[in-house]
Parts: sequence; C-alpha cells; structure tokens
Amino acid sequence: MNEQTLWSVFVNAALVNNFVLAYFLGICPFLGVSAKIGTATRMGGAVMFVMLVSSVCAYAIHHLLILIGVPFLELIAFIAVIASTVQLVEMFIKKMSPTLFRALGIFLPLITTNCAILGLALFQTNRGYGLLQAIVYALGAGAGFTLALVLMAGIREKLELATMPDVVTGTASALIVAGILSLTFMGFAGLGA
Amino acid sequence: MTSRNRKAVIGTDEFIKGIWRENPVFVQVLGMCPVLAVSNTAINALAMGLATAFVMLMSNTLVSTLRNFIPKQVRIATYILIIATFVTIVDYAIEAISLDLHKSLGAFISLIVVNCLILGRAEAFASKHRVRHAVLDALGMGIGFTLALLCLGGVRELLGDGALFGVAVFPDGFEPWIVMILPSGGFFTLAAWLLLINHMQQRKEAKTGRVQEVPR
Repeated sequence: MNEQTLWSVFVNAALVNNFVLAYFLGICPFLGVSAKIGTATRMGGAVMFVMLVSSVCAYAIHHLLILIGVPFLELIAFIAVIASTVQLVEMFIKKMSPTLFRALGIFLPLITTNCAILGLALFQTNRGYGLLQAIVYALGAGAGFTLALVLMAGIREKLELATMPDVVTGTASALIVAGILSLTFMGFAGLGA
Repeated sequence: MTSRNRKAVIGTDEFIKGIWRENPVFVQVLGMCPVLAVSNTAINALAMGLATAFVMLMSNTLVSTLRNFIPKQVRIATYILIIATFVTIVDYAIEAISLDLHKSLGAFISLIVVNCLILGRAEAFASKHRVRHAVLDALGMGIGFTLALLCLGGVRELLGDGALFGVAVFPDGFEPWIVMILPSGGFFTLAAWLLLINHMQQRKEAKTGRVQEVPR
C-alpha cells in the first residue's frame, strides 16, 4: 500500500506530473478540442467525471481479478469497463439533465478512446493506491487535464488574431505552444514531493 | 495493363502509402500519445514502434478475417477487445524478453490499446478489405509509424544525450540539451518535423503548380 498523503497525491497529479503536459496522455482531445475556452471547459468537466467513476471501478476490478486469480485479464477488463461506463454515464445524463447532455454533445463518446482515462486506471493500480487515494488521484488528474486544456484554449484564441506564416499554422503551432506550456509546468517540480 | 499487373500495383500501393504519403504520424497526426511519451531515446522509440506494428498487424488480420461475422452494432467494442488481447500478449512478451525495456516503457505498452491509429485502421480499412490487403496496409502503417518514432527518438537522444542507440556520437565537449529529454522536447521536436514536412509539401505544390490533397 502506498503511503502518500492525499494532498501530495492531488498536487502531483494536477501540477507536477500533469497528465497532458508531462505524461502526454489525452493529447488528441488536447489538440482537437482546445480551440475555444467554452468547449475546453466542458470537455474538461466531462473527462473529470468519467475519470472519477472509472477510477473507482478500476480499483474494484483490480482487487476482484486478483481474488479470482486472473490478473492477466486486467487490461481487457479495464477497457471494457471504461467503454461501458462512458455509455452508462451518457444515458444517465441524458435522462437526468438534457441541458447538460446537449452541452457535452459529441465529447462524451469520444472520451472512451481518451488515453488519459485508461492511463489513470493503470497508474493507480501500478502505484497501489488505496480507494481514497485513487479518488483524489482521479480528481487531481481531471483538474490538471482541465487546466491544461483551458490554458491552451486561451492561448489559441489569442493566436487566431496574430499573423503567422502559412507553414506554421495548424498542428505545428499548437505543438510549439504545448511545448512552451510544458516548460512552464516544469516549474512545479518538487512541489508535491 | 493486365489485371494481374493492376492487382500487384494496388497491393504495393496499400503498402507504400503508410510509409510516406499517408504517414500516420507526420501526415495523419494520429497516435500522438506514445509518439511523444516514449521517444526520448532511439531504442525506446524502436521498441514502441515494433510493438505497435505487431498489434496492428495481428488485429488488422483478425478483424479482416472476421469482417463478415461481427455485427455492425458492436463492432467497435469487438475491435477494442481484439486489440486489448494482442496488447496483453505483447506486454507479457516484452516483460519476458527485457525487463529493463519493460520498465522504461512502463504503462505505455498497455496504452497501445487506446492508440487511435490501430482502431482507426481496423475500422476504416481492415473491416472493408480482404485479409491480404489488410495485412499489407498494417505492415505499411506499422513501418511508417516506427520510422516516424525513430525520427523523433533519434533527434531527441542525439541532442539531449549526445548519443544514438546508447553509443556516444559527439566528442566530450558537447553540452547536452537537457530540454530535449524533458517532455517539452517531445513537443518541440515533433513540431519541427511537421514544419519541415509542411515546408517540403508547399515547395512541391509551388513547383508543380497544383494543390496536393492531404488526407486528414
């Protein structure tokens, strides 16, 4: 069992080892959905919610599979559970709050193939986090993902107004901005140790 | 052109297109997470590329074989399960071959499951074509992916460590660029490669005077 305090788990996941900028998880939505601040915030919220649910599920599955004695099925079980969690969450939100459902739109199903979610499940098992630590870890990772996405969207909205040579537009400019963001996040190193 | 000749040309085209014209990393910009995360040294990049290529080859073959049996409604879930099975095999194989490599790649081997490139090829190509073509497609894409990873890993290790595949290249006086080993180096190197390729594309268009379609 890992003995880290909850606060250091949170800071670690959100800032020091930010999922997007240090672990490169969830780069696809990071580059794809970061054009507007509004969509970036909503996407971040949706990811955070799914992370929370699948983190609890992953904790349960890990212990269940060890109990049965088939740890090699872990990966298959994780991905199946994440896919069905996303589906369940989608149906639940559709039933409970149609407004929120419309706001999230296409982002919910896309989360299934977001590597940040599976990455979270794998990391928390590798590090042997307890249930409470796992929940805090998921919250921190979600917050970090949202933070990175919103920062990126803010910068890209401003970049729209700048004149740039043709060669740099599109993915290349987004990657350079991401690199600079990642450099600034290096400044948090040592904070949660 | 006889029909046999044409068939052969189609086959080669499935193979070649993944390596250059529709290169998964530089042109389609798919499967970015492993590309950036494990390309800090050339050897990691090579291992990751080969592992991904193997999973893609196997899953493309199986998906193409079963394409008439998988119901349309559950196809994505089935593809993901097929991919996850082969990734588990690769994971255990790498652990058996080299424990050091397994440690340095870490969770990113398991994360091959959510590489959008593999699912993309299964859905867009293997589920609609014969086994032979699906295999060629997977081989081409796999080699293209591995080459792209090597391009990134080579540059990052060369500048960040002054070495290539662990062998020192530069004389002692070389001051390594630490930033290249750090996460931000991955973003910068990929951006630089994309700039180079965009530039070449634009020059080619200016020369031939026609706009070339880039598949996105």
